Amino acid sequence: MSTETKEKLRYERPMIRKMNAGLMNKFGTRTEYQPTSHIDTVPVKRIIEQYGSPCFVISERTIRKTYQSALRAFKTRYPKVQFAWSYKTNYLDAVCKVFHQEGAWAEVVSGFEYEKAIRNGVPGNKILFNGPDKTIAELKQAIENESTIHIDHFDELYDLIEIVETSKKKAKVAIRVNMDVGVYPLWDRFGFNYESYQAWNAITKIMNCEKMELVGLHTHIGTFMLTAGAYGIAASKLCDLAMNIKAKWNKSIQYIDMGGGFASTNTLRGSYLPGNDISPSFDDYAEVITSTILNYGFKQEELPLLMLESGRALIDDAGYLVGSVLANKRLADGRRATIMDFGVNILFTAFWYEHKISPAQEFTHHSEDMVVYGPLCMNIDKVRESVNLPLLNRGDHVVVHKVGAYNMTQWMQFIAMRPNVVMIDMKGEVHLIRKNETIETLTDLESIPAHLNAFKL
Amino acid sequence: MKILTNIAVSESGYLFNPTNGDSFSSNLVATDIITLMKQNKTSDEIKKALQAKYDVEKSTIERDYDEFIQELGDNYLLSTDGK
Repeated sequence: MSTETKEKLRYERPMIRKMNAGLMNKFGTRTEYQPTSHIDTVPVKRIIEQYGSPCFVISERTIRKTYQSALRAFKTRYPKVQFAWSYKTNYLDAVCKVFHQEGAWAEVVSGFEYEKAIRNGVPGNKILFNGPDKTIAELKQAIENESTIHIDHFDELYDLIEIVETSKKKAKVAIRVNMDVGVYPLWDRFGFNYESYQAWNAITKIMNCEKMELVGLHTHIGTFMLTAGAYGIAASKLCDLAMNIKAKWNKSIQYIDMGGGFASTNTLRGSYLPGNDISPSFDDYAEVITSTILNYGFKQEELPLLMLESGRALIDDAGYLVGSVLANKRLADGRRATIMDFGVNILFTAFWYEHKISPAQEFTHHSEDMVVYGPLCMNIDKVRESVNLPLLNRGDHVVVHKVGAYNMTQWMQFIAMRPNVVMIDMKGEVHLIRKNETIETLTDLESIPAHLNAFKL
Repeated sequence: MKILTNIAVSESGYLFNPTNGDSFSSNLVATDIITLMKQNKTSDEIKKALQAKYDVEKSTIERDYDEFIQELGDNYLLSTDGK
């Protein structure tokens, strides 16, 4: 007699779909054909068992691969290239240290980020200090550590002129320059304007101050730039300033910093085509920037170092958010709604992107259009407005792709706590790099006036 | 609740309603339910059959079955006789 028992079939919600032959669907058909059951050889199911759901997962392998391909795109075209890791994009220490191991300096925009870079072991002279908010104490510390201060506005410049009067060390400075690169609206709130000669005035003041050394020129023309050509215009304007400085003061600028803003391959909300099809590659950006500088007319020995502060394009692909289905429901208008255990509180970029979501387990060829909501009791908590996904059962796991940039810095402690973040190393080992928050994380910071302690209900 | 008697359903899950010409695709679980409904099985019998065949909890079937019947009704696939 056989002892073999028949294995039950995998269950899927019953579903019928009306067939509308001949009608066009501008949202296209399903795109998911394979489940994302593993991230870098580690089963998603195991990550959730060990670290809970939801959980952010960072792939060290992808960070290194992306960084190396970006560096290669520039280094094969230009002799002197240096990346500085944009801390605000993802300042988890483990992530920063992967970039520093790869050779990236630190680019910070606040005293807090500056402190993080120092604690991570970045030498002071390998930190670029950006942003409009630098206190007098922070400026003094940056001068002492020989960091480069990227001056954002005249008030900061006057602060520095005052500080260096009594300082033993010279301040190493650059200015941030904003300009018209043909992409609107202009990003003119940061730095000094090029077209109105504001930048030239700032340069003149710096050059006339003996205790400041102008080492670089910096620009950051926007974010998620889909036109590589704009970087060519920006590079030529910085080169023009550098040439004029050379002509007037016989001073060679050490570096030109093209900032960041390179697009990742995420799809922007409202975009007709997917990001994969329209985002320029590192090679596209590199070709425009390097050819502009190389053809500008610098002497070979005076070619400035090309500094880059790309954040998003270097880390987006390396981040995943794994989560689970909390509930399924049908809305009043008949649409399917799926409620996940992650929402805009931790997936802030859902406001900008149409994130790709993949089931983490096998599924059939059936799919349906649905709204994907997060768990928050707030109407804004919508992860995808309309997406065609395979049928998902309660408790099924999903993987959200390309979430490495900004989510782990802009996430909110709102209604729920922030979850664990893990990193999968080059050998496939999983490391906890940020513990999930608990109620004490919050209540430890609170205090209650004595008269509010007692109450009767 | 009964399904319209003239609904045609194929093994692959293709449904055709000759009354109005609507056609539908259905997944395996839906095809099973419709086939059993056409055999005049009661809702309890259908749920038991699904539980025996699929790896699923009773409460999940309860919820999904009710919602699916609603969906059949929304698509004019249920008989109004005996309502």
